[in-house]
Amino acid sequence: MSALLEVAELSVTYRAEGGDVNALRGVSLMAEAGEVIGIVGESGCGKSTLAAALIALLETNATVGTGEVRLNGRDILSLPEAERRKLRGHDIAMISQDPMTAFSPVLTMGDQIVDFQQHSGLSRAARRARAADMLRKVGIADAEICLRRYPHELSGGMRQRVAVAAALMANPALLVADEPTTALDVTMEAQIIHMLRSLRTEINGAIVIVTHHLGVIGELCDRVYVMYAGQVVEEAPVDDLYHAPRHPYTQALIACDPGALGAGQGVLPTIPGRPPDLTAPPPGCGFAPRCPLADGTCHSKPPPRVRVSAQQTALCHKVVS
Amino acid sequence: MLGYSIKRVALALLILVVVMLGMFAMVYVIPGDPASIALGPRATPELKALLIQRMGLDQSLPNQIWHFFRAAATGDLGIDVWSKRPVLDVILEVFPKTLLLGAVSLCWAVVLGIGLGCLAVIWRGTFIDRLLGVLSVSMIAVPSFVIALYSLLIFAVWLGWLPAIGAGQSGDWGSQARALILPSFAIGVSWVGYIARLVRASMLEVMGANHIRTARAFGLPETVVVLKYALRIAIVPTIAIIAIGAGSILSSAVFVETVFSRPGIGTLITGAVEKRNYPVVMGTVLFMTAFYLFVVTAADLLIARLDPRVRDVLRG
Ligand SMILES: Nc1ncnc2c1ncn2[C@@H]1O[C@H](COP(=O)(O)OP(=O)(O)OP(=O)(O)O)[C@@H](O)[C@H]1O
Ligand SMILES: [Mg+2]
Repeated sequence: MSALLEVAELSVTYRAEGGDVNALRGVSLMAEAGEVIGIVGESGCGKSTLAAALIALLETNATVGTGEVRLNGRDILSLPEAERRKLRGHDIAMISQDPMTAFSPVLTMGDQIVDFQQHSGLSRAARRARAADMLRKVGIADAEICLRRYPHELSGGMRQRVAVAAALMANPALLVADEPTTALDVTMEAQIIHMLRSLRTEINGAIVIVTHHLGVIGELCDRVYVMYAGQVVEEAPVDDLYHAPRHPYTQALIACDPGALGAGQGVLPTIPGRPPDLTAPPPGCGFAPRCPLADGTCHSKPPPRVRVSAQQTALCHKVVS
Repeated sequence: MLGYSIKRVALALLILVVVMLGMFAMVYVIPGDPASIALGPRATPELKALLIQRMGLDQSLPNQIWHFFRAAATGDLGIDVWSKRPVLDVILEVFPKTLLLGAVSLCWAVVLGIGLGCLAVIWRGTFIDRLLGVLSVSMIAVPSFVIALYSLLIFAVWLGWLPAIGAGQSGDWGSQARALILPSFAIGVSWVGYIARLVRASMLEVMGANHIRTARAFGLPETVVVLKYALRIAIVPTIAIIAIGAGSILSSAVFVETVFSRPGIGTLITGAVEKRNYPVVMGTVLFMTAFYLFVVTAADLLIARLDPRVRDVLRG
């Protein structure tokens, strides 16, 4: 039997002024129902593009080169737009990055959250009652008052709770959260993570969390995909990723994580260099120019995907299984 | 919101006062003595003196201004020199006709403009979008009296579908409505172009916003996304333009009423200017200024109501 979500060798290109951007270059991943997977990587590595592909809502200047995104065995990217629209908000839900701009400023929260349940077939009054229940579940005590508010009258944390509630109400098979806590301050972030954790059992489908913050991954995820320059460079269960990272990029990423720093270490280490230009990706390994282990082969030949254990792989010439 | 409303109304009144003062100054620089004109070449000096006294032209300037303001405040805009009827009555008799013409023109402009603007957004980047763009620009570029003349020629003279002149027979709604079509279209059409362009531009800006993406991510139909989520925001700058347009539409009405020989404020004021019927000229200008200020102020208050963010800034 196939997995709930399967992404197979997905390539996505943006048509742009200064040359086409190869935002995704053969990304594969999978998630089972009940699983929480994390996508982590530096800014610009293609995380949001992947998230957009997962909800079948790529930008208009994006084209899918090869590959598929299969949800319950169906390739959602090849469906006509009308079919994809039926999936969104029903089988697939999204929590967006920026709670400040995620809602229409001229409609009340209630009005929008009622609209968002249009696949439910319920009356507006019934949807509103459901929304109030869900808001209480995500920790908003004055649900009725919240529904009457406009977005700008709520704090960022409150708005993000409403966004989570809206997504949960779809009871989706796949929930995609693109940087759900990045725009929030540290205490808010902790609260939202705590809430997402306690709600994990409420969600029957798979959850994909996109972030550049390793701490979020550690708190919430079962398995992690590390992305670099449009590729998945390492895949591992969350514990293995922290304790036995194999790809040099993952190792550097973990060494740079402020949360994982030991005492006495004054300066925050950073990875020297910058990611490659995605308009002209290098023939070899994308990380080679920044990699301490890189040799001639790394620069000239695409790296193989090496299986390290049943659940862990790395895209690297230097990793041996 | 209340404080803001008071401020806007006060500003409108201030502008009105300035316009009234300006008007006074203008009557004084225009050549031609109103009393002699009113009485004709064979007027006796006695008669002339009597009329000058009756019109208050012999009093000191500050006195005249004071009387004018005090009278205007009570709705007394003076007496029509020719018909001897109160100016306000003369205006109110024809104003509904101009108002109707303006309102129907505005309807054309708003309905067609917003409709075409939305179509251009739904089909953005396609041939239809480009065609609508060319169409809108040509509608903006061609002056309304040219459209008035050509539509008159085509639909009234050649095809004979619609009446060429007049406002239709009184009491006959059908004939009045048919008489409205051509002039109102001639006035409204250039605003169709403006509004379509503006709606398209502000819609495209709104369509790129994050909350539109949220709406799509929840699978809302594109029509709901466009009409409820985008248009509601994109309409705000359009309302401001429509309010300004109301002023321009009224001035186009002056031309178009003349072309179609329709009774109205336009024909009233052109006639009064020709005859140097000063009370009517001043009264009409004053009346129209007040009306225009009313429309613009109302639009400002409406914008404040439509956008809850503006509303809160004003409240706080
Ligand atoms: N609409 C677009 N048109 C052209 N290029 C784009 C577009 N969106 C993203 N890109 C480019 O594609 C690449 C991947 O972008 P993406 O937003 O997926 O990265 P990300 O990992 O989400 O980054 P961040 O952490 O900054 O959100 C980047 O180089 C970006 O500049
Ligand atoms: Mg992103």
